[in-house]
Amino acid sequence: MEIPYTVTARPDTGLWNAKVGIWLFLASEVMLFGGLFSAYIFLRLDAQPGYWPHGLLNVPVGTFNTAILIVSSVTVVLAWAALKMRQFVRYKVYMALTILCGIVFLVVKLGYEWPQKYDHFGAYIKPSALEKYEKYLGNKHLLAEGLAPRLEITGHLHNREALHDPNIKDYEVALDPVYTDPTNPQMDRPHFLYVPPTDKIGVIEKADVERATMFIPTHNTYFASYFTITGLHGLHVLAGVLVFIYMWLPASTRLYRQNPEHLANRVEVAGLFWHFVDLVWIFVFPLFYLL
Amino acid sequence: MSLKAFHIVFIIFSTGLAFGSGMWCLWVRRVSDAPNYLFGAIFSFAVALALIVYGCWFWRKMKRLRLIR
Repeated sequence: MEIPYTVTARPDTGLWNAKVGIWLFLASEVMLFGGLFSAYIFLRLDAQPGYWPHGLLNVPVGTFNTAILIVSSVTVVLAWAALKMRQFVRYKVYMALTILCGIVFLVVKLGYEWPQKYDHFGAYIKPSALEKYEKYLGNKHLLAEGLAPRLEITGHLHNREALHDPNIKDYEVALDPVYTDPTNPQMDRPHFLYVPPTDKIGVIEKADVERATMFIPTHNTYFASYFTITGLHGLHVLAGVLVFIYMWLPASTRLYRQNPEHLANRVEVAGLFWHFVDLVWIFVFPLFYLL
Repeated sequence: MSLKAFHIVFIIFSTGLAFGSGMWCLWVRRVSDAPNYLFGAIFSFAVALALIVYGCWFWRKMKRLRLIR
């Protein structure tokens, strides 16, 4: 049975069916991501002073990934335009570039950015013990400047077994730069380029810690939001890449020979989805990386 | 909305992001006095300009190819 209105417009809607379908789907996606973004904004607005981290993410890497997605949106639209002009070889090249961009994005996200978080440690200090760690936190200086206090000490955890072993009484942390010179604004986040933890070791007694984990989703609401939204976005990128791979495989050649306009319409629908995914990232990047 | 129209919308948002990133760099430079951020701002504004030029080129190309009426 042949599916109707895959190429020609349906008389009552004026559109071919897949286009109506993709826009209905994208409307549901807007609600999904819109809900998550709203949750993020409300959580952030309601956070107590000092409890919402800023400048933790690697801005150059995020910028690179943003550029990759913008380039991929250009290549996918050029792939579609090539099909409309019946230039199949050019279509294949642009589609391959789009797939490559999607894969690079995922590799950077899952192979570099996320593991970097899992390897970073943060300990929230109990309010009663903040004075004891003043040399790392510099809260008197921040108070004088009218800035929010620091309640957390972060860095690379040397004795990782301390997370699970109750017999170990201290966390030994290679401190992030801001805690080595807490009154110097140039040491504070955000850093223009990624700055690794310093060699200076800070010893934090477990008894003084409210909660301490690696930078995983349970660490705080910021990382819970970060992993949820970027994880869901990453799944969408993966889905888009899989669809593009299917459209690049020999099945597309067969369809092109039978009905090139049908393939062009399929690429247009996939391209609309891809643009939506890229547009979501255009909001993710400033929300999580810059602000 | 067609792919070409959505692409133009996307480029407009991307241009806004590049411009906003440039402003963010200038703001951080003012607060922390870190000179590197000036390069970031110049780079971001250059990208915003490049995206505007690309958007115009894309619009004209689509019209030339009669993919936009």
